Amino acid sequence: MIGLLVALVVIPGTVGDLLNSAGMKRHGEITDWSLLNLVHVARSLLKNVYIMIGIPAMAVSFFALMALLSVTALSFAVPITSSSYILETALAKYVLKEDVDWRRWAGACLVALGVALLSI
Amino acid sequence: MRVEVSSRKSRLLVYKTIIVSLVVIGTNVIANYGLARGMRQVGVLESLSPIPYLRAFFHPWVAIGVVFMIGWFLSRLALLSWADLSYVLPVTALSYVLSASVGVIYLRERVNALHWAGIFLVTLGAILVAMTYPETNVPGEQS
Repeated sequence: MIGLLVALVVIPGTVGDLLNSAGMKRHGEITDWSLLNLVHVARSLLKNVYIMIGIPAMAVSFFALMALLSVTALSFAVPITSSSYILETALAKYVLKEDVDWRRWAGACLVALGVALLSI
Repeated sequence: MRVEVSSRKSRLLVYKTIIVSLVVIGTNVIANYGLARGMRQVGVLESLSPIPYLRAFFHPWVAIGVVFMIGWFLSRLALLSWADLSYVLPVTALSYVLSASVGVIYLRERVNALHWAGIFLVTLGAILVAMTYPETNVPGEQS
């Protein structure tokens, strides 16, 4: 049960982040921050398949985390799910073809370890 | 001339990234504070039914938390429209550090030696990543 919940936190969360990132890159950089343009952006995102799958995936991850927290301690749930920082950095490099140099790898590892320590 | 334009565009993009990253971090911290304070007053939710969770949304602090969480999500999407995921994730993790600080100051939570080590590592990791250029496609290098 706990293993399933951990998987439901990490996998949909990772997939959601990748899809949201890919979807926003496909949309293009937001340069006009007027309210009217942001409404246009929101409307165009409703037609963006990546975002429309990414948001429910992140919602699954969020509710799975709430369920995980109801059956385990925070000191277990957060460290075990903080590994997703490293997993997502790897997928960003190989799936999204991002330029991940040693500073980004080191940063992701330090943050994952730091987040784990913060929750103990 | 083209190099100058590219360099100016790069600088503007870095400034924009810093500002939107701060919005992402700030909204996340306020959302966490609102949810933590609100859920302490709501009490433990031990139901499989969604109704107690939905009812909790109407508590003022929880509602503030939810509104700022929506703000966090939208500002994060905007940041991802140009910045790499491998940049956004570690840099915005600074919200953990600020949330811990807010917990100590306003919610009277205790910070032990391991927490301080965690705060140091997250800050160091975020600074390392913040030193990289936010997007893979550097202006002037695109085809």
